[in-house]
Amino acid sequence: MIQGKGRLKAAPTVAILIAVVAAAASLQAQVTFDRILRADREPQNWLSYSGTPFNQRYSPLTQINTANAKNLELQWVWQARSLEKFEATPLVVDGVLYTVQAPNDVVAMDAETGRPFWTTTYAPAPEARTCCGRVNRGLAILGDTLYMGTIDAHLVALDAKTGEILWKKEVASAKERYSITMSPVIVKDKVLIGTAGGDMPTRGQVAAFDAKTGKELWRFFTIPGPGEPGNDTWSGDSWKTGGAAVWNAGAYDPETNLVFFGTGNPQPDWDGRSRLGDNLYSDSVIALDADSGKLKWYYQFTPHDELDYDATQVPLLADIQFRGKPRKVMLWANRNGLMYVLDRVTGEFLHGKAYVKVNWADGFDAKGRPQRVPGMVPSKAGTVIRPHVHGATNWQPPSFSPRTGLFYVAHFENSSTVAVEGEFPRANGINPRQTTMGQINIQNFLNNEDEAYGVVRGYDPNTLEAKWEYKMADITWAGVLSTAGDVVFSGGKEGYFVALDARNGALLWKAALGGQVNAGPMSYAVNGKQYVAIAAGNSLFAFALGR
Amino acid sequence: MTRALFIIGVLCFALPAYAQHETASDIEDGGRVFRQSCANCHGPDGNEIPGIDLGRGVFKSAKTDDDLVRIIQKGVPGTPMPPTNMSEEQAKKVVSYLRSTAASRTTATAVGDAARGKTLFEGKGGCLKCHRANGVGSRIGPDLTRVGQLRRSAELERSLVDPAAEVLPTGRFYRVVTRDGATVTGRLLNIDTFTVQMIDMKEQLRSFTKATLKESGFIPSPMPSFKSTFNTQELADVVSYLVSLKGRVN
Repeated sequence: MIQGKGRLKAAPTVAILIAVVAAAASLQAQVTFDRILRADREPQNWLSYSGTPFNQRYSPLTQINTANAKNLELQWVWQARSLEKFEATPLVVDGVLYTVQAPNDVVAMDAETGRPFWTTTYAPAPEARTCCGRVNRGLAILGDTLYMGTIDAHLVALDAKTGEILWKKEVASAKERYSITMSPVIVKDKVLIGTAGGDMPTRGQVAAFDAKTGKELWRFFTIPGPGEPGNDTWSGDSWKTGGAAVWNAGAYDPETNLVFFGTGNPQPDWDGRSRLGDNLYSDSVIALDADSGKLKWYYQFTPHDELDYDATQVPLLADIQFRGKPRKVMLWANRNGLMYVLDRVTGEFLHGKAYVKVNWADGFDAKGRPQRVPGMVPSKAGTVIRPHVHGATNWQPPSFSPRTGLFYVAHFENSSTVAVEGEFPRANGINPRQTTMGQINIQNFLNNEDEAYGVVRGYDPNTLEAKWEYKMADITWAGVLSTAGDVVFSGGKEGYFVALDARNGALLWKAALGGQVNAGPMSYAVNGKQYVAIAAGNSLFAFALGR
Repeated sequence: MTRALFIIGVLCFALPAYAQHETASDIEDGGRVFRQSCANCHGPDGNEIPGIDLGRGVFKSAKTDDDLVRIIQKGVPGTPMPPTNMSEEQAKKVVSYLRSTAASRTTATAVGDAARGKTLFEGKGGCLKCHRANGVGSRIGPDLTRVGQLRRSAELERSLVDPAAEVLPTGRFYRVVTRDGATVTGRLLNIDTFTVQMIDMKEQLRSFTKATLKESGFIPSPMPSFKSTFNTQELADVVSYLVSLKGRVN
């Protein structure tokens, strides 16, 4: 039995089916970096954005499984005092759940009841501006300290016991249109964070700070300066304001000491005439030495992007059998409609394929550069380009189950946009709302069969073919969780939170949450009881098996 | 900002006081509103604007409580004193609070030295065993990092010599006894009909379902009196130090 918090409820009479439980976790012990690295050893906890530094968003807990998921019941709801989208994935440490009330309030609550221990209010500077909502995707923890990036581009450290703000550092200037919406990444004794704002004239960057003092240790600009390799991929002075923001969680591989981040679109987003060239390292994955911040390798998914195809998906690392050999890979379903398998040690392109309808690229060259289809660029008359400017998928975190070997992605299918030279891309057809951004509330949905829809699919990393599909009417901005009970959890704009069979996608259970699901699910346990938590609308919901 | 321009004229003690009619809870409510809405500029003692000492009934233009209510609601045009969205009832409670503090104001017994107070706070007083200031000390008691913004010197002095006289809700202590006889005490963080949350004496965040407890209830604060620990000068020094705590400095 998990000694979560000294709670006194009677233990469930059913056998406790925690797959792997470290010897009785002590009361709220310090979260060391070793614990974060080996979070799989303590599946009752959720210690980083996607569970572990590999970002597999896979829970080893087995109490909820394909046979009993139909018995899931609501345990509690926590309603945020916020009218912003609730995109944060909570952390759970020894029975205490930490999350962010958008934009930047931090809340600690009892993971078993949702009752708050403390709330710390953070008022961002008035000049804080974000492109797409005053949102936050989650916290990081190390020791007894929580870390949060803020929409006024600060990194804030808080005492996990009391919520006291210990220090805050400006990462970049909010006045210059920088912001932060991502969860920080912990590597050893450092906190790594990137800057959003790539739709504005900014220059993307990732910085590392001393976790104790907040002292800046290194900074990497995602657009090379003059004299640096890659600067010549920007015409004129366009490199100075070329975007390439870093606004989603990174991954870390302790074997190579590399930390991986996806980078955003080049700016201006929909008109590349002022920034001729490939525009490195926009729309790329960058592999940085975690100690020095030096670039070790990169792979650019969309050279000279003119469709806002940010590569700011959550990097997912896995050790798999690839074409008969063990391989350390990175799996990536990109906003541009292409799915990738990369060697995460070298950056080598191993495999790529369209996973939705794509008409701007037609295959790859030997090095993995996408082969563009002539004419599929913005034009005066407007060019219909697939997928939509919001992508095939966007920022929502995917999942990988080592049990099934499948890569689970929630994304849009059949999306498209009309790309007009120098203008914001238009909707294709007469339905401007077919691929709208996430909102809080459920909105009337009218797409017909020719327009975009949402899916959760389980992909085989070897073939990048979907083994199964769960189809939704509306599109989805929800993440995916897989568990050792072989259940996949996800949701979408319709406001349903669903449990699917991880092996075939069959719907096992659903709950109507009354608001759009704009976050990634996660799972934890307290006193031997497994919970699944998901944010929807402006609330956080926790489910567990009924008695 | 010319803070001196806040309220115009000087008056000691206006007369028909709401204090004749208010209840203790009105005064408490008024104090809460004062700390949230007024103390940022006027200071916790109400004396941080030259020429004005709200806690001693020293105003610039107000002659009556009605004048004060009007100023609280409408501000003073042409000065940094802004209008508020307080109701008349709220404003009256603030006035009642100010009157009560003026009436109970203790005379400073000595001039304190904050540096000496810090040494006493961390040494002889042993305050860090329970309290925290600027990231140092225990989390069991209330964090004092900003106490100088929140509490007046008279209140701080009283907390030191007679700590049971007034315990803020955030400083209340709670005790539970579990079915297996274990006793857990701590500072109360949250309580509802069915559950209770606290930070216990080992600085652990704890949550209990009441139905699983043998006993539960409030207990007196473990804060001791320092009346015989500190002499008059030392007390003034510690108060000075506490008043100087206006928030974390990084």
